[in-house]
Amino acid sequence: MLTSFLNLSYLLGALTFVIGLRRLSSPDTARRGNGLAALGMGIAIIATMVYPFTDAPNNYLWIVVGMLLGGAIGWWSAQKVQMTAMPQMVSIFNGLGGACAVVLAMLELLSFYAGERSLDTGALFIVLLALLIGAVSFTGSLLAFGKLQGLVKDKHVYLPGHQWINIFFLIATIGLVTFLLVQGSSIGSIGAIVLMILTLVYGFSFVAPIGGADMPVVISLLNSFTGLSAAAAGLIYGNQIMLVGGILVGASGTILTVLMCQAMNRSLLNVLIGGFGGGGGAPSKGAVGDQVAKEVTRNDAAIQLFYSNSVMFVPGYGLAVAQAQKAIKELDDLLSANGVEVRYAIHPVAGRMPGHMNVLLAEADVPYAQLLDLDEANDLFANTDIVVVVGANDVVNPAALDDPGSPIYGMPVLQVWEAKNVIVLKRSMSTGYAGIQNQLFFHDKNRMLFGDAKKSLQALIGEVKSL
Amino acid sequence: MEAILQFFDNNLLLIYLLLFTIILGFEVISKVPSVLHTPLMSGANAISGVVIIGAIILIRQAAPDDYWTLGLGTLGVVLGMTNVVGGFAVTDRMLEMFKKKK
Repeated sequence: MLTSFLNLSYLLGALTFVIGLRRLSSPDTARRGNGLAALGMGIAIIATMVYPFTDAPNNYLWIVVGMLLGGAIGWWSAQKVQMTAMPQMVSIFNGLGGACAVVLAMLELLSFYAGERSLDTGALFIVLLALLIGAVSFTGSLLAFGKLQGLVKDKHVYLPGHQWINIFFLIATIGLVTFLLVQGSSIGSIGAIVLMILTLVYGFSFVAPIGGADMPVVISLLNSFTGLSAAAAGLIYGNQIMLVGGILVGASGTILTVLMCQAMNRSLLNVLIGGFGGGGGAPSKGAVGDQVAKEVTRNDAAIQLFYSNSVMFVPGYGLAVAQAQKAIKELDDLLSANGVEVRYAIHPVAGRMPGHMNVLLAEADVPYAQLLDLDEANDLFANTDIVVVVGANDVVNPAALDDPGSPIYGMPVLQVWEAKNVIVLKRSMSTGYAGIQNQLFFHDKNRMLFGDAKKSLQALIGEVKSL
Repeated sequence: MEAILQFFDNNLLLIYLLLFTIILGFEVISKVPSVLHTPLMSGANAISGVVIIGAIILIRQAAPDDYWTLGLGTLGVVLGMTNVVGGFAVTDRMLEMFKKKK
């Protein structure tokens, strides 16, 4: 009776995951969807706690201590993290999930090799799979965290011919797994330990050649890896909710990864090999010699903005690092009060993750209706008086359209130069993540306003107020 | 080969579940506005913490004097729980800001 009730709870939990994810797909229901999935997870955990195993010692104290500790760490970091550091946070949480799968798989393997538990070849394969996917996800996520946090620079971990090293690791992993499957339990626990070390190193090496700008794609991919390792662990324990949850995440991570690659007009393989990596590709034909970008004073910029009919902001990662989302909203309010039509053009990969910029602007109370996606914005630029580019670079680079030698050639960009005037707020003339110069800065219509995004915006706010 | 077929026979229902869930996962998620990509990734990431269930089962079935398994299992619970609680909380924080729209 109790058992069937608990099995029903698992079914309920699995259903909440599916419905929760479905609701997360729409802005109006997203928050409830997240809450629903969390509720389902709670039900599943409680059901697992009281599930009547025969002769189980239970050891509840250990579990409760672990849950309280993990829960406190998770809750505390979630409350404390800055909105700009969200991608790193997701990455590190993801890595911990992978580490959990590694621990489970290792314990399973150690008891298998100690002769305490028998696994047929199929089951052994699943355990090895959980171990290797979890391990790659764990160290890969840690390195992605390090890169996003600025702790690790691309050039510190990139070796010449790195893709060959990774191919070597892949072959070595497949070879070792095959070897372990053939050997069975006779080889002893050393086999599992070697595989764990190999795949931990592989995870690190896997992410190493991938440039900082591509980290969102990698995190998304690693997220789906963690889901797969959870699903593999679910197969080990014959637990349906682990299987369903893991596979759902595996599928969602895969879809997101593909969507992000599409937004950058690149193949996943191209990203993984590290097209933007620290290696520095062929120099772009648009390379700049002695061209001079024209500057605009804050006063002039403020006057232009205040007396225009329509303004389009193009926020980029520079806005996020400068924490300038509130400042841009304040400027927006001042301009709107004077009858200026203000909108925002959001490139799919602006910021560090798709949707990252939307989250930041939502934090500053910018209404949805003002946020335009790539195609909507490109249709409107020609009718826009002034485009203000705030801390964005590669996503407004015309080389993507007209310079086949450029590493970002073919990537869809915001065609801001179609507007009547462009003002670029930027700290310096330095290049973006793609490491290439931007011809937009030397365009006739463009004026530069140098300085930190937040300080420049605040200066503009001050100027507009004094008009 | 025989081992693989054997495994297939023994786990037929699980394999059905696996395949249908993959298709369901693609279908459920394939129509998401890009605004919601980051929260979706974060929410999905929290769900991947479901691996904690395995750690709980492991500890409950371990011998009370098997400190090796208990210790590592508890480590697994800590890791999984951080992923679950942190993941859902962070997602909620992101979505909370979306709600304030007027």
